[in-house]
Amino acid sequence: MAKITMRQAISQALWEEMERDENVFILGEEVGIWGGTYAVTKGFYDHFGEKRVRDTPIAEAVIVGAAIGAAMTGLRPIAEIMTINFAFSAMDHIVNEAAKMRAMFGGQMRVPMVIRTVSGGGRQLGATHSQTPDAVFAHFPGLKVVAPGTPYDAKGLLKAAIRSDDPVLFIEHATMYQVRGEVPEEEYLVPIGQSKIQRPGRDVTLAAYSKGLDLALKAAAQLAQEGIEAEVIDLRTLRPLDMQPIYQSLEKTNRLVVVEEGWKSYGVGAEIAARTQEEAFDLLDAPILRVAQKEVPLPYNSTLEQAALPQVVDVIAAVQEVLR
Amino acid sequence: MKKEQLLDMYYQMVLIRRVEEAAAELYQQGKIGGFLHLYIGQEAVSTGLVAARQPQDRIITAYRDHGVALNVGISARQVMAELLGKATGISKGKGGSMHMADVEKNFWGGHAIVGAHLPIAAGLALGDQYRGSDGVTICMFGDGATNIGYFHEALNLSKVWKLPVLWVCENNQYGMGTAVERASAVSEIRRKADGYAIPNMAIDGMNVMEVYETAQKALAHVRAAGPFLLEINTYRFRGHSMGDPERYRDKEEVARWQENDPIGIFRRWLLENEKASAETLDAIEARAAADTDDAIRFAETSPEPTLDELFKDIYVEANHG
Ligand SMILES: Cc1ncc(C[n+]2csc(CCOP(=O)(O)OP(=O)(O)O)c2C)c(N)n1
Ligand SMILES: [Mg+2]
Repeated sequence: MAKITMRQAISQALWEEMERDENVFILGEEVGIWGGTYAVTKGFYDHFGEKRVRDTPIAEAVIVGAAIGAAMTGLRPIAEIMTINFAFSAMDHIVNEAAKMRAMFGGQMRVPMVIRTVSGGGRQLGATHSQTPDAVFAHFPGLKVVAPGTPYDAKGLLKAAIRSDDPVLFIEHATMYQVRGEVPEEEYLVPIGQSKIQRPGRDVTLAAYSKGLDLALKAAAQLAQEGIEAEVIDLRTLRPLDMQPIYQSLEKTNRLVVVEEGWKSYGVGAEIAARTQEEAFDLLDAPILRVAQKEVPLPYNSTLEQAALPQVVDVIAAVQEVLR
Repeated sequence: MKKEQLLDMYYQMVLIRRVEEAAAELYQQGKIGGFLHLYIGQEAVSTGLVAARQPQDRIITAYRDHGVALNVGISARQVMAELLGKATGISKGKGGSMHMADVEKNFWGGHAIVGAHLPIAAGLALGDQYRGSDGVTICMFGDGATNIGYFHEALNLSKVWKLPVLWVCENNQYGMGTAVERASAVSEIRRKADGYAIPNMAIDGMNVMEVYETAQKALAHVRAAGPFLLEINTYRFRGHSMGDPERYRDKEEVARWQENDPIGIFRRWLLENEKASAETLDAIEARAAADTDDAIRFAETSPEPTLDELFKDIYVEANHG
């Protein structure tokens, strides 16, 4: 199998789906002539033309809003929101329109739309441009939220998202475009809403996603040298959230640490911990710990920024704590 | 205008240029991180505006903010230290290039969400109007920012409430890689103000004297009669931010604009009108270069913020988690 980057995997998924279905089109800021701020759609404008690769004004509300409307007519728009921080400018359309459209009218309408966006800190972009507010978006029923951690999953999940008849927020991580992984030549889809074991183990369960997965896998590799075998579970989808692999893992390990890049309060870890104690309390031999971002707006200074972001050492410390 | 003030404006424009050229190099060396949006080519705009304002006039802008920062009198040292993320920076190293502000100098910040500071500017102006101050808020933003809803909501409210705001669109012809006419229904941006019955005007932003004189009149109008919109045509000589491949414009176009370098235009004007000798202007340029070198030294030898800074300045009141 070929090893490709996350960027290539996402780009391939878009390309293949656009070749496959002419109702699929891209709209967003700098997706065309520029080739995408993160170079994901490089070459698309020349190949597919301006009808299907549409540069928009800087106007997130109408990017998402128009995508919703177009989707309601049966097109399959992929709205690119340059970074998730700008999705707040489109929040009303994401929350009050996309997520509600079907339920509110008794199932008459469908919104087969993908919003692709980029989350994450660590690039010294300061408080407004470095957020990882993924959990916020996972709060709303009616929206699906996908956040892959490997090129394989990114490609398969994005293709599934584009073919999904429901609105999907597809979250990429700003520092993971160069991450490499094996991706098969032949076509495949990864179903939305399934967590997966990324590394088997028996001593402790690490539940993570996106950048958190990267941290968890690195921590697991280091822990293995000390004889601690962590089982790493990649959530891959935040809504709908698949808890079964976590519970199955807890049957063996009885200990759980959740790793996410976003803020701890009201976050993904909070949700997983709450569900676990509601649904699988008896499997736990220790309190569930969360590794997450410090509760501060991210500063520009790199040392401070890294101090605020969760690190591999924090994951290792949490594992040691739950194993005590 | 007094000769000293003219020469000070010249100094400011050259200082912005030198500081930013140095910043570009420091960025290449990895000493500056994040985004760095250079103002090179646009110096006449902020310099003319700031020169025209009264001390009670507030100013607020977007992330391309080094020009305003230096114009309002934040020292080159504090600007450079902020770029390097040092504790001595104007935002204590927490803001970086995009987030400079100095409230004491009535500079209310560089703001990084496109268009988001326009409603804030309306609120700053409301504060002044409410209290009966005759201060005006000068709000600068890019051409690209006029396509987001914030622009329209803010302009509308400013007219309905007669808020003392001078709206200033710096039309540098592109929002990132998108030319104005590809993104805006009207490429003469000032016409958007017509929809809100806000008087407006377009001027040449490469000529600092034109900016200064028009801004004075516009500020007088706002003080007496409510909002006004100035479209100031200009051009950024560098990429949108560092690392812009610039696929969207050709070198000839850039070169054409560079012939109208605002610093060169002002220098010629000062000489032709016998406001200064070539020696005087050369000396000013040398001073700006020396001050830039000093700022780099200061920034490089300044301390990093300490880790306890991470939890400071988040709330006014005690933060109990
Ligand atoms: C709401 C929002 N959307 C997108 C961006 C990304 N972005 C930053 S600057 C920029 C272009 C802005 O162009 P313009 O307003 O003309 O200002 P200029 O950069 O030319 O000074 C874009 C799209 C952002 N910061 N905020
Ligand atoms: Mg512009």
